[in-house]
Amino acid sequence: MNPKAIVCKDLTKKFGDFKAVDHISFDVEQGEIFGFLGANGAGKTTAMRMLCGLSFPSSGSATVAGFDVFRQQEKIKASIGYMSQKFSLYENLTVSENIQFYGGVYGLSRSEIKQRGEEMVSTLGLKNEAKKLVGELPLGWKQKLAFSVAIFHRPKIVFLDEPTGGVDPITRRQFWDLIYEAASTGITVFVTTHYMDEAEYCKRISVMVDGRVEALDTPANLKKEYNTHSMDEVFYQLARRAQRTAD
Amino acid sequence: MKYFINWHVAPKEPQINMKQLFAFIRKEFYHVFRDKRTLLILFGLPVVQIVLFGFALSSEVKNIGISIFDNAHDNNSEQIINRIKTSSYFLLKDPVISYNEIEERFKEGSIKCAVIFPANFSNDLSHFGKAEIQIITDGSDPNTATILVNYLSAIISSYQSQLKPAQGISYQIIPQVRQLYNVEQNGSLNFIPGVIALIFMIVSTALTSVSIVKEKELGTMEILLVSPLKPIMVLIAKAVPYLVLSIINFIIILALSVYLLDVHIKGSLALIFFESIIFIITCLSLGLLISNVTNNQQTAMLISMMGMMLPTILFTGFMFPIENMPVIFQIISHIIPSSYYYIIIKAVMLKGLGFSYVWKETLILTGMAVFLLTIALKNFKIRLT
Repeated sequence: MNPKAIVCKDLTKKFGDFKAVDHISFDVEQGEIFGFLGANGAGKTTAMRMLCGLSFPSSGSATVAGFDVFRQQEKIKASIGYMSQKFSLYENLTVSENIQFYGGVYGLSRSEIKQRGEEMVSTLGLKNEAKKLVGELPLGWKQKLAFSVAIFHRPKIVFLDEPTGGVDPITRRQFWDLIYEAASTGITVFVTTHYMDEAEYCKRISVMVDGRVEALDTPANLKKEYNTHSMDEVFYQLARRAQRTAD
Repeated sequence: MKYFINWHVAPKEPQINMKQLFAFIRKEFYHVFRDKRTLLILFGLPVVQIVLFGFALSSEVKNIGISIFDNAHDNNSEQIINRIKTSSYFLLKDPVISYNEIEERFKEGSIKCAVIFPANFSNDLSHFGKAEIQIITDGSDPNTATILVNYLSAIISSYQSQLKPAQGISYQIIPQVRQLYNVEQNGSLNFIPGVIALIFMIVSTALTSVSIVKEKELGTMEILLVSPLKPIMVLIAKAVPYLVLSIINFIIILALSVYLLDVHIKGSLALIFFESIIFIITCLSLGLLISNVTNNQQTAMLISMMGMMLPTILFTGFMFPIENMPVIFQIISHIIPSSYYYIIIKAVMLKGLGFSYVWKETLILTGMAVFLLTIALKNFKIRLT
């Protein structure tokens, strides 16, 4: 079968005359942690929505987990996980109620939900908080929990849309430990971020400017190519070329 | 062979997965029962509305001061006075002996109504078959005045018909329609169907739209859209809890009406439920529609309240008679679903009429429900892609 988790070829999304995403092409390997960078308004979210089966591309082609984004959106949805910058969890539901809900929505059986849920709660060290409302948990825990819930149904690929906004570097580090752990079990991680230290954690990163992928390589190679020591500088050099203003 | 096996193994995905649906509906109930504000609106409102409309805003008139100036002092006048005295609407004051005294009492406010028998009352009645009674009311309160005149006319006409059923009738008194079906003159009756319509508007329309818009605001809607849940499932899961809650509410209102306000339900309870469910579905569709076009809870609430509830109060006829409205408002009342529901429930609940009397309204209401639901579903799908 297809060894690639995501294959994207000339994927384009037009809104009228405006090309939000302009012929982007890239592949993501299975089990890879793929960073998807770009300034606000560069087209990251639109591209991600197409890959998640939320929006039809205008032209081009792409497969996600081997399924076509035009014809097999439902199958894509069943094989991916998603966590957004806003909260993915219900604050007025308890930790275990949230787990039950997402497990149910992804069609897991009751015994699966129970077993995996207990496992997850104890791994996260939330055993005593399982009956607490999510709204009462600190931000860092919520995000870790949201990530664990996003991969609860063991998806092939997980999409993370700026998952670590607003938390301190230590919590962010812990969050990335979870991501590494997930990747080690074979889950492909597709992550957008504004933090350049996080970009360094990715195996490969792509940088979008004005709807196009302007750079795609490992962080080390990119730094070499742009002749600098920091990802910040790489990103700055690329983003400076943008003609569009952020929305 | 391999192809054959694969073909068989691949499960055909059902349009509605019950496991998903139950997980979702359970979540919705958690939301409702954890949110005190929603709970208050859900269960506090019907009680408050029933009590408010039933007691405080009742148009019913009781123990109204009345004076009688009896110049006739004969058998006929005495009998009519007796009937007035025994009715619970009037509180008979001491007899008066002059017009001036009547005017004084009106000025004091001790009476709202006076009846004057002419000296030749019985004479006229027996000779000409026709006699006059003067009824004076306090016009500063026109509603009460009208009701009092109606009460008195009814009393007089019933005496009249008893007096000489075979001969011609002296006064042509047409009793008010309300008295036809509301013999005990229970004033809260008229409000009940209106209040029920209002509650459905609040629970089904406002709360449903707010609950969907809330998911948009919090960003959890995105998660639902990325999940394998079908859009139709999201809508069903959102609508089902409020359908259930509306029905519970409906039962509470009916129970309050029967046990607290002494309303007698004349028609078939099954028919009332059937019609109510159609109306609830109409309201739910409206709520879904509102949630499709708004992005924050305040707007959704405002549209539901101003756009849906206010017309329900104004144009369904339970507060203000539609017949007396300017034509433009009468037209508006014809496009408001709650006015049809009001007509149906009034007919079935208060008049005891059957389906054959309300099938036209039922058909219109069903048509509206189907129409609104179709638009809501269509819009929801478009938003996805």
